[in-house]
Amino acid sequence: MTTLLVKEKDIVVPGQQLATGLDYVPGMGTYREGEYIFAARVGFLQIEGRMLKLIPLAGRYLPKRNDLIIARVIDVSMSYWRLDINSAYSAMLNIKDATSDYVPKGADLTQMLTFGEYIVTKIINVTPQFLIDLTMKDPGLRKLPEGRMLSVSSVKVPRIIGKKGSMVSMIKNATNCQIVVGQNGWIWLYGNDPVKELIACKAIAKIDAEAHTSGLTERIKTFLEKETGAPVEIPREIESMEYEG
Amino acid sequence: MVYAKRIDGRDWTELRPMSAKVGVIDNAHGSATFSMGKTVAFAAVYGPRELYPKFLQDPKKGLLRCHYNMMPFSGAGERVRPGPSRRSREISLVMANALLPVMDMTQFPNAVVDVFVEFTQTDAGSRCAGICAAALALADAGLTMKDLVTAVAVGKIDDKFVVDLNYEEDSYKEAEAADVPVAVLPNSGKISLLQMDGIIEPEELPKLLELAREATKKIYEVQKKALLKKFEVDVS
Amino acid sequence: MRNHILSILDKGMRLDGRKKDEYRDVIKVEYGVAGLAEGSAKVTMGKTEVVAGVKMEVMEPFSDTPNEGVIMVGEELLPLSNPEFEAGPPSVEAIELSRVVDRGIRESHALDLKQMCITPGEKVWGVSIDICPINDAGNLFDASALAAVAALKNTVFPSYDGKKVDYKKMTTKKLPLKELPISVTVCKIGKHFIVDPLSEEQKVADARLTVASTEKGMLCALQKGGIEPVTLEDIKCMVDIGLEKAKSLRKLLGGTK
Repeated sequence: MTTLLVKEKDIVVPGQQLATGLDYVPGMGTYREGEYIFAARVGFLQIEGRMLKLIPLAGRYLPKRNDLIIARVIDVSMSYWRLDINSAYSAMLNIKDATSDYVPKGADLTQMLTFGEYIVTKIINVTPQFLIDLTMKDPGLRKLPEGRMLSVSSVKVPRIIGKKGSMVSMIKNATNCQIVVGQNGWIWLYGNDPVKELIACKAIAKIDAEAHTSGLTERIKTFLEKETGAPVEIPREIESMEYEG
Repeated sequence: MVYAKRIDGRDWTELRPMSAKVGVIDNAHGSATFSMGKTVAFAAVYGPRELYPKFLQDPKKGLLRCHYNMMPFSGAGERVRPGPSRRSREISLVMANALLPVMDMTQFPNAVVDVFVEFTQTDAGSRCAGICAAALALADAGLTMKDLVTAVAVGKIDDKFVVDLNYEEDSYKEAEAADVPVAVLPNSGKISLLQMDGIIEPEELPKLLELAREATKKIYEVQKKALLKKFEVDVS
Repeated sequence: MRNHILSILDKGMRLDGRKKDEYRDVIKVEYGVAGLAEGSAKVTMGKTEVVAGVKMEVMEPFSDTPNEGVIMVGEELLPLSNPEFEAGPPSVEAIELSRVVDRGIRESHALDLKQMCITPGEKVWGVSIDICPINDAGNLFDASALAAVAALKNTVFPSYDGKKVDYKKMTTKKLPLKELPISVTVCKIGKHFIVDPLSEEQKVADARLTVASTEKGMLCALQKGGIEPVTLEDIKCMVDIGLEKAKSLRKLLGGTK
C-alpha cells in the first residue's frame, strides 16, 4: 500500500512522514527509512512524478561555482583580498583574478579595494573544504558604489529575481532604482529618490516574507502601484510558476 | 503516602501549559521561544558560520555548539551571577549532544552552528524547554535535520511517577524525589539526553522513560504547529 | 554606506523613511515579562527588544552610605541578540552601557535609597537591575535605560523576616520610586542629528550624546560617545533634542506609581 500523507505545496517540518510504501522516491530535502519517506528540513513540498522534493524556505548560502554574488572586503594582504560572502566560509580574490593590469609587488592593495567595500563578483572555484576563489574579470563584475545593502536568505533569491529577472525588473522600473541581487542573498540597491528606494526595499522585504505563497507577482505589482501611485507593468517574461503550481 | 496530589493540581502525567513561537529574533538565522509553565526559553541559531579558533575546525564536519544561560533575574530565588558556571557548561554540553543526532553537520565542514539558549524565567525543566526551543530554532534556520527533538523531565516523588516537574516538585523535601530529564527523537523514539538525580529502583527507569515518550508526543505537536504558523501569511 | 546614509539625510529622510527626530513606530513597554523576578519589563523599539529584570537582596551597606540601599546595574550583550556579540566576560561596550544606565537612575535620585535601609550600618536592600537584549537592531542605550526604569516601576519587595528573604512570598510593597529618568541618545552623522539610530546608522555616526533627564527637565546624566569631537552648538542642539524627545518616551511609562 502506498499512501501520500501530505499534499503538494504543503509546508512540512523535519521528521514529518511524507509517504508510506515504495511507490514514491525521496528527492531533495527528504529521506527514506524503511517504509516511510520523511522530510529532512522545513520545506515546501513539490511532487514531480514519483519524486517528492522539498523547496527550502530558509538557510544560509552554500557557495557554488559560477554563482554571481556580492562580497564584502574583510581583509587585505600582500597579494589577495579576503571577503565575507554571507556564508559559513570566506572567499579569496587574488590580484591576478582582480585585474589584468600590472600590479607591482608590494603595492598597496587597499588603493584598489579596501575594508568594508562591496563588490559584485563570481565564484570560480570551490574546493570540497570550501576554499573559495573569486574573480572580477567578467563583464559586469565591479566594485559597488555607495548604496544600501539588504540581506535575505539565499533560498529566496530565485523569487526576488523572478523568471528571467521579471520580478526584479518590475521593481527597478517602478522605483527607478539600480538593484543587484547576489545569489548569496545580499542585495545592493541605489535610488536617486530615497522615497522610491525605500519602496523598493519594502517590496523586497515583502517577497522575502511571502516567498512561499502563490500569486506573489500580482501582489507585488499591486503593492508597487499603491506605494508609487503609478501604474506598474509586469515585464513580458512572466515569472515562473515554479512554486506556484 | 505523603505525595497524594500534585502541588499545582495537575494529573500525574499532565504537562504544564506550553506555548511556542518561531522566528522571534530578527538578527538570528533561526530562532524560537518555548515555554513550559513558568519556564521560558529563547533560542537563537547563528550559522553555519566560520569557526575560530581554527584548531577547533573539523575538515569532515561542522561543529554544533550550545550555550545555555539563565538571565540573572530568571529564577525565583537569588540573582544568578552572569557568565558561565560549571552547571551551565555541563548543560550546554548535554544539550548539544541531545540535538546532534538529528543534524547533518557534514554539509559544512570546518564551520560552526551556534545555538544560544537564554531564559527569562526558570521554574525547573529548563534544559528540556531549552532543547525544545533549540530544535525549533535549528529547523527555522533551514538546516538539514532528520527529525525534531523533544524533551521533558519525568520523575518519581514518593511512590508516584510524575511528568514535567515544576520547581516545587523538583526540590520536594517531604519524601524521596527523583528528577529525570529526557530528550526523545520523535520518529525513532531514541533517547538523546538522559540525566537523573534522586533515587529510583532500576526497574522503574523503563517505566519513566515510557512516560517521557508519551509526553513528548504532545510536545512535538506544539513544536510542529509553531513551525507551520510562521508561514501563515495574510495575503489579503 | 556612510555617504549613502548622509545623502538620504540631506534629503530630509532616514534609511527606514523616518524623520531625523522620530523614534521607530513600534515602541512599547510590557511589564512583568520575567515573572519570577521581583520586577521586570520588556521594551520594543522597532526590531530592537530588551528585557530588564530586578532582583532584591538584603545586604550590608557601603561604609560611606550606612543608611542607604544599594543599586547595581548590569547589561549583558547576549550573543543571542546580535551575531557581533561574543560570549565571554562583559565587553567594554557592555560596561559603558551599564554605567550610563546606572548614572541616569542614580543621579536622578530615582529611588529613595534612605527608605531602603533596614538597620543602619548593617542591613539595607540591594536592587540589582540586569538588562538583556533579545534582539539588537540599534539604540540599545535608550531601550536599556527605558527597560531598566520600567522594571523598577514593576518591582515589589519580597518578604523579609529580619533574617531571610523569602522570594516565594512577595509583598505588595513597591520600590520607593521618586523619579523616572529618561535617556535619549542623539547621534551626529555629518551635520545631521538623529534619534533612535538603526544599527547601520549607529555604525557610521561621528558622535553620540546620551541625555538623561528628569521629569522637570533637569539633566541627570550625560555621555558623549564616538570618536569625533563636537562643538558647543552641537551639544546645545543635542541636549535640546534629548529633552524634547524625553517627553514622549516618558508618556510610555506614565507616572512613578
